[in-house]
Amino acid sequence: MIRKYEVMFIVRPDVADEDIEKLVSTLQSNVTAVGGKVVNAERMGKRRLAYIVGGFGEGNYVLLVVEGTGEVIHELERRLRVSEPVIKFLSVRTDEDEKRHSKIKKLRESRVKRSPQSAAAEPPAAPPAAATV
Amino acid sequence: MADEAVQQTPAPAPSARPDRPERSERPRGGGREGSGPGGPRKYFRRKKVCKFCVEKIDVINYKDVRLLGQFVAERGKIVPRRLTGVCTPHQRRLSTAIKQARNIALLPFASRY
Repeated sequence: MIRKYEVMFIVRPDVADEDIEKLVSTLQSNVTAVGGKVVNAERMGKRRLAYIVGGFGEGNYVLLVVEGTGEVIHELERRLRVSEPVIKFLSVRTDEDEKRHSKIKKLRESRVKRSPQSAAAEPPAAPPAAATV
Repeated sequence: MADEAVQQTPAPAPSARPDRPERSERPRGGGREGSGPGGPRKYFRRKKVCKFCVEKIDVINYKDVRLLGQFVAERGKIVPRRLTGVCTPHQRRLSTAIKQARNIALLPFASRY
């Protein structure tokens, strides 16, 4: 079952930029090797951490958007856990959220299409609401 | 469910819209400050409305620190619904987003003093 995940991880701040690039590309190749697909890899830059992680007050955030099965994420997480420069990671499943979002969007659009009626009904509805505030 | 309501009342098509003020009125009616301890009400508390409903923010993402930060107290606690006026479904998603953000060190679990 193909799902969509966001995997965010923090790389130690004392790692050079090229090394981060290298790490990200090796992770990407690892993901494709186990049958996943990296849709997007984004460097979010150096940020201050909200609390100290592994002795570091700041870290380089990297975001991977991955499509694949649970095993792909499992493997990716294992790699992250093993790789030394990564101090923290979080994977979040996003496909269901996206589905719900598109549903809401569609609903809203269909409501807009019906607008000739609603546009006429709206103005009288608004003033009483404003009066109660 | 919202669709059903729309179908039952075809004339006022945007039935979901009038619903919304009604819903936000509820905390005022049931709230403690509305009924008071019997005495005359001296001040009028402004009606609280859900920020996410009003501004139509559909996705509450853990990466959006600026948005989440508005619902986190100084000490790092999640601010309760009764103070912020966020509706139940949005508060639920908000709290999961805040917890995810905490996990990846975007928000503090507890900020030091």
